[in-house]
Amino acid sequence: MVVAERKPIKEILAMMADYKKILLVGCKGCVTVCCAGGTKEVGILASALRIAKKKEGKPFEVIEKTLERQCDPEYIEQVAPIVEGEGVEAILSMACSVGPQYLAKRYNVPVYPALNTTFIGGSLEHGVWAEFCQACGNCIIHYFGGICPIARCSKSLLNGPCGGSAGGKCEVSPEIDCAWHLIYERMKALGKLDELTKIFPIKDWSTSRDGGPRKVVREDMKL
Amino acid sequence: MHSESDTSPRILAFCCMYCAYAAADAAGSLRLSYSPSVEIVLVPCSGRVSILDILRALEHGADGVLVAGCEEGSCHFSTGNFRAKKRVEYVCKLLEEIGIEPERVQMHHVSASQGVRFREIVQKVTDEISRLGVINWNKKY
Amino acid sequence: MKAGSRLEKILSSGQFAVTGELGPPRGADVEVIKKKAEHLRGMVDSINVTDNQTSVVRMCSMAVCKLLLEMGLEPNLQMTCRDRNRIAIQSDLLGAYALGIKNVLCLSGDHNKFGDHPQAKNVFDIDSMQLIQTVKQMRDDGKLLSGQECEGVPKFFIGAAVNPFGDPFDFRPVRLAKKVAAGVDFIQTQCIYNMDKFREYMKRVVDMGLAEKCYILAGITPLKSLGMARYMARFVPGLDVPDYYLKRLAGVEKKKQAEEGIKIAVEQIQEIREIEGVAGIHLMAIEWEHKVPEIIKAAGLYPRPEVE
Repeated sequence: MVVAERKPIKEILAMMADYKKILLVGCKGCVTVCCAGGTKEVGILASALRIAKKKEGKPFEVIEKTLERQCDPEYIEQVAPIVEGEGVEAILSMACSVGPQYLAKRYNVPVYPALNTTFIGGSLEHGVWAEFCQACGNCIIHYFGGICPIARCSKSLLNGPCGGSAGGKCEVSPEIDCAWHLIYERMKALGKLDELTKIFPIKDWSTSRDGGPRKVVREDMKL
Repeated sequence: MHSESDTSPRILAFCCMYCAYAAADAAGSLRLSYSPSVEIVLVPCSGRVSILDILRALEHGADGVLVAGCEEGSCHFSTGNFRAKKRVEYVCKLLEEIGIEPERVQMHHVSASQGVRFREIVQKVTDEISRLGVINWNKKY
Repeated sequence: MKAGSRLEKILSSGQFAVTGELGPPRGADVEVIKKKAEHLRGMVDSINVTDNQTSVVRMCSMAVCKLLLEMGLEPNLQMTCRDRNRIAIQSDLLGAYALGIKNVLCLSGDHNKFGDHPQAKNVFDIDSMQLIQTVKQMRDDGKLLSGQECEGVPKFFIGAAVNPFGDPFDFRPVRLAKKVAAGVDFIQTQCIYNMDKFREYMKRVVDMGLAEKCYILAGITPLKSLGMARYMARFVPGLDVPDYYLKRLAGVEKKKQAEEGIKIAVEQIQEIREIEGVAGIHLMAIEWEHKVPEIIKAAGLYPRPEVE
C-alpha cells in the first residue's frame, strides 16, 4: 500500500490560517489501512483543528467526509454538492498526494495536503510500517531472494553489500537492516548463493521516474 | 457537561468498569467526598476510550480528562490499559502542538477495591486542572 | 601495461607498493594541498585523492589530481557513484584521462546521511561493481556504455576498495571475486586493525586464486590517539578495532599516544608484508600527512623504487 503520515498540526494550521469553513476529505484506501487518513483520522484532525481555532478565537467549521478512494474521479465527484453548495473555502485532503491532486483538478477551490506521502510499503507490526518498493517499473526481486535491493539498500546497490554492513545492519542507521545481508542469508537458505557470484548488470532506469512521469495503458479496457 | 459560563474547571473521567468505576463506588460507600466538578463516564475498559473521545470532550466543554484504568498487568482484556496509555500520550502531544496544556489529559491506574486511592487520584487531577483553570478560549467570536 | 602509471609499473614489476591519501580542503585553498602533498613526495608511489569523503563537500578530486600532476606527483582519482549518474561519470573519466590522470579508484561512496549535506538527493545510478565494468569497457573496448566509440580511449589502471571486515564475512572474498571479474586491476582495503581476521580473509582470497588476478594493497591508518581509536571502534561502521590496541594506547600517557600509534602502524606494516597475497600498503594518514615519512622510513619502505 501507499504509506503516509499526517503532517505536523502546526503546518496544517498554517495552511488553514485564512479559512473559516473547509471540507476535510479522508480516503478509505491505503491511508485507512496505514492509519493516516481514514474516517478515524479525519475525526481526530477535524477535532484538533476546531480546538486549535477555538483557542485562537477564530470561527472554524469543518465538514468531514471520507471517500471510498480519492484516486478515481467518480469518488471525487461525490463531494461536489458540498464543495459547490455549502460555501467551502478550501479542501484539506487526507489521502496520499494523488487525492489532493484529483480534488484540485475537479474543484475550483484551493486544495491542501494534510498528509506526507512517504513510501510504498507494508506493516512490520501494529503501528510500524516500512518501505519495500520504489516503483522502479521493472521488478527484479526474484534475483535477490525476494528482497528488493533498490528500495531496501540505502545505496540501491545491485552488487552489494557495501563495506558499511555490520552485524546485519546498514551503515546509515542501526534501525535499518542491511538489505544485502538479508539477501545473502535468504539466498544461502535457498541454496542459491552461486547466483550472487554473478555481476548484476547496470539497470535501465527509464522505466522508473527517471524516464519522466509514467502511465499505464490497458488497451483491452479502454473504450 | 455544564454550561460554558461556569468558571470552575470541569473534568470528565472515563472509568473502566472493572476497576476505577468500582473504586468510585467504593469511595461512595466509604462516604469519601471528592470534587463535584468531575463527571464520570462508565466504559467497559480504558482501552475503549479513543483519541477522538478525549478530543471531543475537550472540544465540547471539558477542561480536563481523566482516563482511569486497571493497574498494569491487571486489565480484564489484557492490554486495554496499555492502549489507553498510548492514546493519552498521543493526545497530550497533539494538545501541546496546538497550544493546550497537555497536563489536562491524564491517565491513572487504580484497582476496584481502592476507594481511597480513587479519591486521591481525582483530588490530584482536580487540583492540577484547577491550577491551570478553565481552558483559555479566545472568546473573540 | 594497461595504463602505464607509476603504480602499475611498480606492482607489475613485483615490488611492494605504497600508496598514500590526500583529503582535499573544504575550500579553494591550493596551498593546503601543496603542503599536504609535499609530505608525501618521495614517500609513496601514488596518491589517492578522495571524492568528497564521508559526503562532506570538498574541492573536487579531479582538480586536486591535476594539481598533483603539476607538482610531479602521481594521483589516484577516487570516483564515487553517490553524486554522479552514468553520464557524469563517463564524462568525468574522459576529462580526467585528458588531464593525465591514469589511476582511478571505483567506489560506491559513503552515504550522504553522514556528511554536511544530509538533505542532498543522492544518485547511485550504478554501483561500484558496475563502475569498474564501465571503466574497463571504456579502456578495453574503447566504448561508452551507450556503445558509442570513444574518440580517444582512456587507458586507466582500475582500482577498487574492499572491506574485509564488513559483514557477512563469508561473502567478502566472493565480492572481491566479483570485482576481479568486473575487471579490477588493484584493490585497496579498508583500514586494518584486526590482523587475525585480515589473515583469515587473505588466506581465503589466496585460496580462491584472487591474489594472482589483482594487486591487493592493505589499508593502514595510524591511530593518532586513544580518542581516535575509540571513535573508529565505535562509530565507523564496518571497522574492527580490537580491544588490545585500545588497551595499548590507554597504557601510555596522552602525550605519547601518537608515538605509540605510529609504532603500532609500523608493526602492522611489517606483519602485513609477511602475509601471502599482499602486494603493497595503502597508507591513509588522515589529517596526519606529515607523519607519513616517519612511518614509511620506520617500516623500511624508504626509498621508493624508481620507475622509467
